[in-house]
Amino acid sequence: MNGAQDLGGMMGFGPIAIEHNEPWFHAEWERRAFGLTLAMGATGSWNIDMSRHARESLPPAEYLTSSYYEIWTKGVERLVIAAGLVSREELTCGQSLAEPAPIKRVLKAEDVPAVLARGGPAERPIEQPMRFAVGERIRTRNIHPPGHTRLPRYARGKTGVVELVHGTHVFPDANAHGQGEQPQWLYTICFSGRELWGEQADPNISVSIDAWESYLEPA
Amino acid sequence: MGHEHHHDHDDHSHLSDIELRVRALESILVEKGYVDPAAIDALVETYEVKVGPRNGAKVVAKAWADPAYREWLRADATAAIASLGFVGRQGEHMVAVENTLDQHNMVVCTLCSCYPWPVLGLPPVWYKSAPYRSRAVLDPRGVLAEFGVHLPQTTRIRVWDSTAEVRYLVIPMRPEGSESMSEEALAELVTRDSMIGTGLARRAEAIR
Repeated sequence: MNGAQDLGGMMGFGPIAIEHNEPWFHAEWERRAFGLTLAMGATGSWNIDMSRHARESLPPAEYLTSSYYEIWTKGVERLVIAAGLVSREELTCGQSLAEPAPIKRVLKAEDVPAVLARGGPAERPIEQPMRFAVGERIRTRNIHPPGHTRLPRYARGKTGVVELVHGTHVFPDANAHGQGEQPQWLYTICFSGRELWGEQADPNISVSIDAWESYLEPA
Repeated sequence: MGHEHHHDHDDHSHLSDIELRVRALESILVEKGYVDPAAIDALVETYEVKVGPRNGAKVVAKAWADPAYREWLRADATAAIASLGFVGRQGEHMVAVENTLDQHNMVVCTLCSCYPWPVLGLPPVWYKSAPYRSRAVLDPRGVLAEFGVHLPQTTRIRVWDSTAEVRYLVIPMRPEGSESMSEEALAELVTRDSMIGTGLARRAEAIR
């Protein structure tokens, strides 16, 4: 979706605030928000694409004025409501008002190292042959899906070159909406700065995205 | 941005809206049995104490010191990094990209905060912020200058936007004068920012 998360190429955010000796977390609530997000993710009630979509669905003004872990917190709130695990009323009053809903699993402290080590590989086998080859010129499609997509706006309708092939991966645009994993070939597509930003761009810059096959057509 | 308070007592009137919100969420999720608070502690401890950019520095130092490892890292970063024990969440599919005199690599996630956790730990606030995410793809040379990195105009800058689950690790150029250094000493020259591409490795004199 064309939400506020899709920041590439926007202007006006000012200088980058670099903090020396930055702590991992800036407040206790950030620690809890981080841990809660991962622990709830481990229950299997949603997938990573659904959680990204929950965050990017915040209204743009709210997304842009929320700190990072505020966005995460608001994302989890949306997810637990959508999954039927917690009601809006419970979140408002800050306590449980109903019996818990069944969930697939609860992450135990002793299982944390194994769960983190396992991660969530996105590669899935498929039968379809690869449509594009390394070195081939392609064009990204000009699409503006209202749902989740990982094709950023600045790289739509642009001509680039296939640089790497990563195998076949879960397709977020489907997986974020409960439509299954629908894996596709995944490529790194490299664009010149001038293709993306016009003739005033620095001639010595290039930018790549990782793009699923259905984002691409022959150039 | 949330502001920080230092009140250890339980007087809720001193807590900010977001602190109250996170507390409410945690207490509901714990009460319902969806979350074990000890698991949250274990998750936080992992990334606050155990996983950080020292992991990535070991990978880079080994690549500098051992040509066979460097080749492996360039060909199959996921396996080469896993061989040092750095595996898992946000590092499932790794690619290592190497800086040269002609090309400087830099990594961003314009869509969220994708970052190779097993080798770099959790990202700094600036990496996740709008100023970096918006400008890294549009004006990488200007962004680098803000980090104090001034490259010749002839050096190509290559930006990798992590839009899938592939995570990128930049192998910075090995500093001059580091030829006789041990792998352990080399790792001291590798900074977090040099592995994102917003910095360079430290000069060899830095640790003498």
